[in-house]
Amino acid sequence: MNERIRTRIHVEGIVQGVGFRPFVHALASTYGLAGLVGNDHGGVFIEAEGPPAAVTALVRALRDRPPTLAVIERVSLTPVPPTGARAFTIAPSVTGAPAHALIPPDVATCDACLAELFDPADRRHRYPFVNCTGCGPRFTIILALPYDRDTTTMAGFPLCDRCAREYRDPRDRRFHAQPICCPACGPALTLRAPDGTALPGDPLTEAATLLATGAIVAVKGLGGYHLAADATDHTAVTTLRARKRRTGKPFAVMAADLPAVRELCDLDDTAARLLSGRRRPIVLLPRRATTPVAPSVAPGTRELGVALPYTPLHHLLCRELTRPYVLTSGNSSGEPIAHDDEDARRRLGGIADAFLSHDRPIHAPVDDSVMRVFDGAPLPIRRARGYAPEPLRLPWPFPLPVLACGAQQKSTFCLAQGNRAILSQHLGDLEDYRTLRAYTTELGRLRRLTGIEPALVAHDLHPEYLSTKYALSLNGVDTIGVQHHHAHIVSCLAEHGEPGPVIGVAFDGTGHGGDGTVWGGELLVADLATFDRAGHLEQVPMPGGATAVRQPWRMAAAFLHAAHEPAHGLDVHARNPAAWQAVSAVLAAGGPAAPLTSSAGRLFDAVSALAGICDRAGYEGQAAVELEQRADRTVRDGYPVTVTSGPPVVITSTDLIRAVAADLRGGVATGVIAARFHHGLAEAVTVAVRLVADATGLGTVALSGGVFANTVLLGGITERLRRHGFRVLTHHRVPCNDGGLSLGQAVAAAAQTACA
Amino acid sequence: LAHGAGGKATQTLIEAVFLEAFRNPVLAALEDGATLSLDCARAAFTTDSFVVSPLFFPGGDIGDLAVNGTVNDLAMCGARPAFLSAGFILEEGFPVADLRRIAASMAAAAGAAGVSIVAGDTKVVERGKADGCYVTTSGVGLLERQVSLSAAGARSGDAVIVSGPMGEHGAAIMLARGDFGIEAPIVSDTAPLHGLVAALLDALPGGVRSLRDATRGGVATVLNEVATASQVAVVVEEEALPVRAEVTGVCELLGIDPLYVACEGRFVAVVDGEHADRAVQVLRGQPGGAGAVRIGTVRDDPPGLVLLRTVFGGTRIVDLLVGDPLPRIC
Ligand SMILES: [Fe+3]
Ligand SMILES: [Mg+2]
Ligand SMILES: [Zn+2]
Ligand SMILES: [Zn+2]
Repeated sequence: MNERIRTRIHVEGIVQGVGFRPFVHALASTYGLAGLVGNDHGGVFIEAEGPPAAVTALVRALRDRPPTLAVIERVSLTPVPPTGARAFTIAPSVTGAPAHALIPPDVATCDACLAELFDPADRRHRYPFVNCTGCGPRFTIILALPYDRDTTTMAGFPLCDRCAREYRDPRDRRFHAQPICCPACGPALTLRAPDGTALPGDPLTEAATLLATGAIVAVKGLGGYHLAADATDHTAVTTLRARKRRTGKPFAVMAADLPAVRELCDLDDTAARLLSGRRRPIVLLPRRATTPVAPSVAPGTRELGVALPYTPLHHLLCRELTRPYVLTSGNSSGEPIAHDDEDARRRLGGIADAFLSHDRPIHAPVDDSVMRVFDGAPLPIRRARGYAPEPLRLPWPFPLPVLACGAQQKSTFCLAQGNRAILSQHLGDLEDYRTLRAYTTELGRLRRLTGIEPALVAHDLHPEYLSTKYALSLNGVDTIGVQHHHAHIVSCLAEHGEPGPVIGVAFDGTGHGGDGTVWGGELLVADLATFDRAGHLEQVPMPGGATAVRQPWRMAAAFLHAAHEPAHGLDVHARNPAAWQAVSAVLAAGGPAAPLTSSAGRLFDAVSALAGICDRAGYEGQAAVELEQRADRTVRDGYPVTVTSGPPVVITSTDLIRAVAADLRGGVATGVIAARFHHGLAEAVTVAVRLVADATGLGTVALSGGVFANTVLLGGITERLRRHGFRVLTHHRVPCNDGGLSLGQAVAAAAQTACA
Repeated sequence: LAHGAGGKATQTLIEAVFLEAFRNPVLAALEDGATLSLDCARAAFTTDSFVVSPLFFPGGDIGDLAVNGTVNDLAMCGARPAFLSAGFILEEGFPVADLRRIAASMAAAAGAAGVSIVAGDTKVVERGKADGCYVTTSGVGLLERQVSLSAAGARSGDAVIVSGPMGEHGAAIMLARGDFGIEAPIVSDTAPLHGLVAALLDALPGGVRSLRDATRGGVATVLNEVATASQVAVVVEEEALPVRAEVTGVCELLGIDPLYVACEGRFVAVVDGEHADRAVQVLRGQPGGAGAVRIGTVRDDPPGLVLLRTVFGGTRIVDLLVGDPLPRIC
């Protein structure tokens, strides 16, 4: 029974930066194995030497109960000759091979570290950078793989003796935790005036005092700088709005813990799990009537975006301030989050009264993720911190390495190879130069880190998207255009691992149809490679093109015009008397100044403006967001909507618009109108889907596009379709809006190439 | 026009129209080609075709446009425009009265610019094969100064100047074409620019790097040409952009960015940053230059891009449009 074997084990997946080597080390000592473990570009390599049963037990444990943060994708075994070794060691990382290891997302502070943070006896008491193998910064500090301290922004902080001992001790929970540190050796907090001079006193206490007295403080977080203000202080919040030049878009707040959240919002189990999980997104929750948060934090909505602290610094700030604080990306509207210290000082100097900062560099800008809750699951609005760049695994392999360049606004890109699609963090509107630079920089970084060298580059059909122009500027690759709404539907199929065909309902703002018109309310019979436009919303002109997106009242004029419904006597007309005539002339003249659109987003705009909710959008989607928020949840009836059987099936808005106008003239409450609109549209979509199903025999429906961030509509359609026996696919892993588009582009492009 | 191409009557009529309008000794000789005496060793030569709908618009017509367009192309080379040729393609049935009107405005424009139209050609094509009237003008100009002007000549620290308010020609055309029934006091800016250019070149010897008239694609397109050719960044201040309120209004109504709207009497100058104030001052002192203004600066980084610093402090990319007018915002 003294037979000894040595097996070389290679583990792929998210296995670096998640405490995998200490975990293997511990397993080896449990099973009495000798050998070694180390990181390489492809993941983790292990050599385990000892009795065959012990080696088998170790391999089983790797697969069956890996560390919480690890994702095991593949374990491969090769027998090698035993060396007679007696010890199990951590081997130096192997560099130089092509990178296939995966980069872990950042992880919220774990309970063990939190306990130390607030333990006066602990040497890391109140130390804002406490972390361990199970938590802390990852993606935002990694410069290169393999993941080791000297390839992170912690390289400049040599470990002190005590930290070094923890780092080397296989029984310590900080064994090989790359970013560990302590007050003696790690980064330090500073509080500075905008001009850079250090402010006296304890930075945390002073920052909290400043916040409590109405000041705006820039706080260096995990993926960038945020701007903080006392959320219960109306003056502070409006000052922040004015300085940030952000008029109406809601701010998110940070609350200390779940009980603190419950004072602000209604909280169900799904939301509680999401809020307190290790990814820590902002979750949009129904605001309580008694909430102490100032109404100016989230005007025009009955919800509030809330997050729990995800770094020790945020925990400490919550403890000091003892009330919720606004925590919004450190930027002016439309720009990416500031993450470089110098840049932050320049850009935020005119906004913040003080900077709560530190000397651990942030390597990559990563915004907060934002989720809604739908159907007991997350509905991603923005996918960034805590999620990116974790890969999505697909049941089918990509035939060749793919880069998909995404959309124009809410831009992300997607790198795909093998069975993995890696979606970048949300980067923002590419028209902003800083965002475009972040986009190209992050693309370069993720290509280096993943080792994916794209052979095929997918892009939108819109020739003016800067992502399209970027794709077409690349040399030595094949490029392929993917229709916007097809990409939306495929992104939904991809996250469910389904190949289709399905009936795809793609409802969003505007997207290039490929036929010279603007699409956005589409029923597509689609699989991964192909689609057929089986139906759409009735087309109306967009007077002034992009201006009509910024001025929803113009869409009110357009829909009234299309429905031959007089505008006289309606408030929307009375509010815009001078411009109305000019816009009517543009509508009547048609031509390039009034491109036709079947956009669902524009229909929402029109009804929102008609109902007196929003004439001019201060942020993208405002009219639709506020229309949803105003919908009276007790109203069940909907407006009539005519659906003409196809092909293509057309959802006509004429009756609906006339009914809205009639209710307005009859003095019906805004909330009732908003609700009736949602129910009418949901019913119309259901009727349209059934018509397409009758013609095709398909029983599965995929719902995608930015409009499906609207849970009233999403719920209304889902409920009706299920009642009629349909299987309904909705988004849970990537945003339904353009933030998820690059995933759909990558998958569709690969499928089209495979077919060709 | 009553007759098809080549008819004797038509020929005579056209000759009568053009000879009358463009009266000068060279043209009167009715030779196949013009013999020109150039008073200097170097000359600039250019050609351009003009198609515009409608042919007559507030502030001008296709005739002014054809003369000023070629005059300005010569001016942008630093040349003094001297001689023009004019070629016409007419659709059968094009009214003689309209032709006379076009010829008259060409003659007036040529007179104002101090150039002679010394050669010409006319073809008439079948009804439906052309849209009324197309004009091609070619021009010769005299290079009297030692200048080296090139879109590739911009360097970091240079100043970017426009000679007057942007987008007036394009806005006038859009209103004239659109059938919107909108009354706005907007007229085309079509005008010869060589006088302004001469004053600028004389005031800043060696200090002018690049001159471009901001025609199709507007100021944004010219700035992109400079950024690309010189591999520099052109950083423009939104606040400084000269656009008249009426033009802003029309552009907003139609959803168009004035930066991309055509001018026919404005140019973009890139000049040595040290002499930028002097350049603006000189232009403002000239007829047609009262609205000259510095709009931005050339920087090293990022090469090839035009950036707009917005009034909100953001930095927007002003890229070269491929020409698809559909909105790209969601
Ligand atoms: Fe979209
Ligand atoms: Mg020209
Ligand atoms: Zn921890
Ligand atoms: Zn230490």
